[in-house]
Amino acid sequence: MSESRLPESLIQSLGVQLTPVRRLPPPWMRTIGWLVLVAAIALGLLWHYGAQHMIRRWVAEPDIAVAGIGALITAVSAAWAAFTLGVPGRSAAWAWLPLPGLALWVGASGLGCLRDVVVPGATVATAHQSGDCLMFIISLSIPLSALLVWLLRRACPLRPVLTAVMIGLASAAASAALLEICHGFAVAVTDLITHAIAVGIVVLVNALMGGRLLQPALK
Amino acid sequence: MTAALTATRPMVLDSVLPVWIRADFAVSDAAESAIDVPERRRAAWMAAAQGGDRRSYERVLADSVPLIRAAARRQGVDADLTDDVVQETLLTVHRVRHTYDPGRSYDAWLSAIAARRAIDALRSQGRRGHRELHDERAYDMHPDEHDAADATEREQAARRLREAIATLPPGQREAVEQLGLKERSLAEASAHTGRQSGALKVNLHRAMKALRTRFHGEP
Repeated sequence: MSESRLPESLIQSLGVQLTPVRRLPPPWMRTIGWLVLVAAIALGLLWHYGAQHMIRRWVAEPDIAVAGIGALITAVSAAWAAFTLGVPGRSAAWAWLPLPGLALWVGASGLGCLRDVVVPGATVATAHQSGDCLMFIISLSIPLSALLVWLLRRACPLRPVLTAVMIGLASAAASAALLEICHGFAVAVTDLITHAIAVGIVVLVNALMGGRLLQPALK
Repeated sequence: MTAALTATRPMVLDSVLPVWIRADFAVSDAAESAIDVPERRRAAWMAAAQGGDRRSYERVLADSVPLIRAAARRQGVDADLTDDVVQETLLTVHRVRHTYDPGRSYDAWLSAIAARRAIDALRSQGRRGHRELHDERAYDMHPDEHDAADATEREQAARRLREAIATLPPGQREAVEQLGLKERSLAEASAHTGRQSGALKVNLHRAMKALRTRFHGEP
């Protein structure tokens, strides 16, 4: 009988402390909330740089537009997966959701590497310009990741590392998509490597910190 | 970290289930009405509990205990650790009850939390076992483990203490768990709970006083 007394007394104690709670909005709605900030940054960049330059590049080099769309799809699906993984009982298979967008993004960017062969006159990034891309992606990923972490701390991610990888992927992909607005040159091997390094750093840092940052409810 | 990546459930995308219950923040009478299937009943009780219905809350928690024990068994938790898993799971359910979506399975939500708590208990047990294995002094000082009467008495005393701790108010219980049972420093406990170290000390002091009163009759 003593076995059942322990939960009973605890249940009564928890019952005494019960207060009404505001339910967590569904993952898709929380994803939209985060995308509003991404859209606000995009509008700010478009206001500053204008859309003409981006559209000219896309017309001249359609694979860059495809890569940008791939990055955007990756950002949306990775953020959605992160918010879904933040709810107990949801399948870990949600982590596969960003894969098609990622394949499109990486595939189209890879095609861009052939640009200086296919289009000999194209402007290709120098190592210095690639460094600027790296800084752009990382510096924009920090606030976007921080917002996702803050939003997910109200949830309960039971797989913190996987969720943190999704956060890193979403913020890095969103940053890369935003970079398209002010990118001044074609995608080359150096540029692709820079993107990969930036995305890798963002994903890794998030994964390393995810366990500590994402689970206040489980401590 | 690696274990956190391991799915404890089949890797299948959540099926888009029909919405079982569109319960608004209903009172317990509504939650009880003509719901015969146990899982739906628990879902309705939890939905009502999110709105602050204490009776439904205590019922759903009591109904959850066998499910938590089953989840702990599935993870390979020993019988003597099951009470700890039940207690930790109920406390976690209390903290994250806002993450439950009444349109989805309550049992899946609860089982995911219980499985995570069971893994935490196993890890904690593993760490303790590792420490004790290398503590030569502990071996020397350890009383004769074949003394069955002593062992039973110790078990009973430990159970009485666990019960007493479970009945403490939440702040005091948290202080005992963090500073006493988990042997965290004030700074660590403060970081984990978000409470100031002064508040933790006061709560620990009050808890010790309450426990002394309970066991010895004198404050």
